[in-house]
Amino acid sequence: MKISGSEAIIKCLIEENVDLIYGYPGGAIMPFYDSLYNFQDQINHILVRHEQGATHAAQGYARSSGKIGVVVATSGPGATNLVTGIADAQIDSTPMVCITGQVSSNLLGTDAFQETDIIGITTPVTKWNYQITKASEIPEILSKAFFIARSGRPGPVLIDITKDAQFEMTDFKYKKHKKLKSYNPEPKISKSKIKDAAELINKAKKPFIIFGQGVILSNSEKEFIKLIEKTGIPSAWTILGLSAVSTDHYLNVGMVGMHGNYGPNVLTNKCDLLIAVGMRFDDRVTGNLNKYAKQAKIIHLEIDPAEINKNVKVDVAVLGNLKNTLPLLIQEVKTNKHGNWLKKFREYNSIEYNKVIKKDLFPTKDKITMGEVIHQINEVTNGNAIIVSDVGQHQMIACRYAKFNETKSNITSGGLGTMGFALPAAIGAKMGAPKREVIAIIGDGGFQMTIQELGTIFQTGVPVKIVVLNNDFLGMVRQWQQLFFDKRYSSTEMVNPDFVAIAKGYHIESEKISKRENLKQSIKKMIDSPKPFFMEVVVGKEDNVFPMIPTGESVSNMRLS
Amino acid sequence: MIKKENYTVSIYAENNIGLLNRISAIFLKRHISIDSINSSPSELDQVYRFVIVVCVSKKDIEKIITQIEKQIEVIAAFFHTDQETIFQESALYKVKSKSLFEERHIQNIIKNSHAKIVTVSPEFFVIEKTGFRRRNRKVI
Ligand SMILES: Cc1ncc(C[n+]2csc(CCOP(=O)(O)OP(=O)(O)O)c2C)c(N)n1
Repeated sequence: MKISGSEAIIKCLIEENVDLIYGYPGGAIMPFYDSLYNFQDQINHILVRHEQGATHAAQGYARSSGKIGVVVATSGPGATNLVTGIADAQIDSTPMVCITGQVSSNLLGTDAFQETDIIGITTPVTKWNYQITKASEIPEILSKAFFIARSGRPGPVLIDITKDAQFEMTDFKYKKHKKLKSYNPEPKISKSKIKDAAELINKAKKPFIIFGQGVILSNSEKEFIKLIEKTGIPSAWTILGLSAVSTDHYLNVGMVGMHGNYGPNVLTNKCDLLIAVGMRFDDRVTGNLNKYAKQAKIIHLEIDPAEINKNVKVDVAVLGNLKNTLPLLIQEVKTNKHGNWLKKFREYNSIEYNKVIKKDLFPTKDKITMGEVIHQINEVTNGNAIIVSDVGQHQMIACRYAKFNETKSNITSGGLGTMGFALPAAIGAKMGAPKREVIAIIGDGGFQMTIQELGTIFQTGVPVKIVVLNNDFLGMVRQWQQLFFDKRYSSTEMVNPDFVAIAKGYHIESEKISKRENLKQSIKKMIDSPKPFFMEVVVGKEDNVFPMIPTGESVSNMRLS
Repeated sequence: MIKKENYTVSIYAENNIGLLNRISAIFLKRHISIDSINSSPSELDQVYRFVIVVCVSKKDIEKIITQIEKQIEVIAAFFHTDQETIFQESALYKVKSKSLFEERHIQNIIKNSHAKIVTVSPEFFVIEKTGFRRRNRKVI
């Protein structure tokens, strides 16, 4: 029996166990939406308020659930509105499949109404993309799309489907892809490299691990914890590695990077062995590469061969999926303790505590600080919530101070730093992990980049908790202007609307807090609410995030003030 | 200064309309201009070959190759320096037929350079010379 191309798309989604998609309709994707009408009991379509919101929601969903996020949009402006989210998913390795409608194949290349070369536009920011012009291609290509998006180092895939292909009738037969001729998602493991790595680890006096999102993406949190507990190696997270190991684990020594913790940054240049696990030496992590860990031997455990020696030259590269390489490595390494070395991290931590953390979390001045908001949230949730942060000062503060007991709990835009990410991503995160508390931490600037998604929250009733930390500034940029541009505040001050009134307009319960004594009570009320809740907290206008490694500086030169 | 030299990149891939775009985007991203590019079927069935010449540093070309290999349809990618490649070109020269008879030295050039006459018409004729670029240029 023949079915239409648009129905075939839906059948493919069902074959891939997709029951939730984010999207926005329009001319070139209307046949798909018409077919979807018959499958509402099997596929829940979330109507966002802007296609960018659909991509970030799909990312949030993927990151809290470990499944693939699926996005649908129309041609032209619908498709171009996806680009930011696709680029974000590409750089943060988030599995996502985007399906866009396209003008009919006979109109391709004619500047038809709402025609845009979305294949050309998204080529540099997708793991793979493809344009379908015949209905018969749909099952094969979509199966390939899902396989590519999820396997190896995950990433976004975009499939553009012409309107005539959606109408065309076709036979439907679905075969899940398990491999592709020209694609090698998981490099073969070299036993000798494992041995080399183990030898270095066993010999090292001051070994140090930096772990990234690879640990989470490969579901190897348990294996990773086993490795560090056996070897006793102090371990620090990158912003996307955060929550892979619970924040209060005794070997978890904090965050590396520009606004990370003092110890792990400075001691990167004091260790004798640096072991990078599922991370990619981003410049926000390394600072000046010419002065980065030059004294140390370096081991890199990584799934993507293109990451080896890309930024930092390594001594031993252990390629492969961490799920497979970590157990092999655990067998080869000796049980060890690095008590004195670990103590060094504690010493640096107490310096940081006295100079920075105490003031952030327990301020004595009158204005509320971002740090104490995060601290109070920790107190109320006991570190069991998913925290979705936007981009800016509040993000750094959230990632520095939020407590996490469970993996897949820190969702933020790392590599691209996309303002506007958090609100839609929180919607997706809650849908991907409905049993968990999801709290979005957003600045007043970023909130207004995707504020329209309050409409999605209102329509679906998805109970996300939204905290806007309002400093009436594009805070992070203002901080740089203060420190590096003589305090010339060029276009960073914001005249903001009445956020509470806006949330009320969407019938979302909301509160504004400007006094410390009300803070904890309101957070409690927000967490206890079974419904969406909006909270605006007025924080110090010109507070800064420290410590900080200024751009181009070495990790050794982290500033505490 | 980082030393740059010519590299010939050979890429074997399955065909896909967008692949050339994807590969050239990798150079574009690093602000590298492509000196020459050529795509053709390879000796293997269903496998295509792209040959790209760029002038970059060794470090860069190594990274670029892994980024090219990472593309889904790419089966393998290699790079070679000028010392490691034999580069020959086939040059075609179009000449007025009249001059063949009126200018004696043209005949000599054809003879001495071992060029071949490919086609002759009343208005013009075409000679072909295959070999190293330096020698081909000499014909002119
Ligand atoms: C889409 C986008 N545009 C611009 C930037 C540059 N940028 C980085 S942080 C920042 C300020 C963010 O301000 P706000 O959302 O109020 O958060 P705060 O830093 O005050 O916590 C800006 C403009 C960005 N990251 N993303």
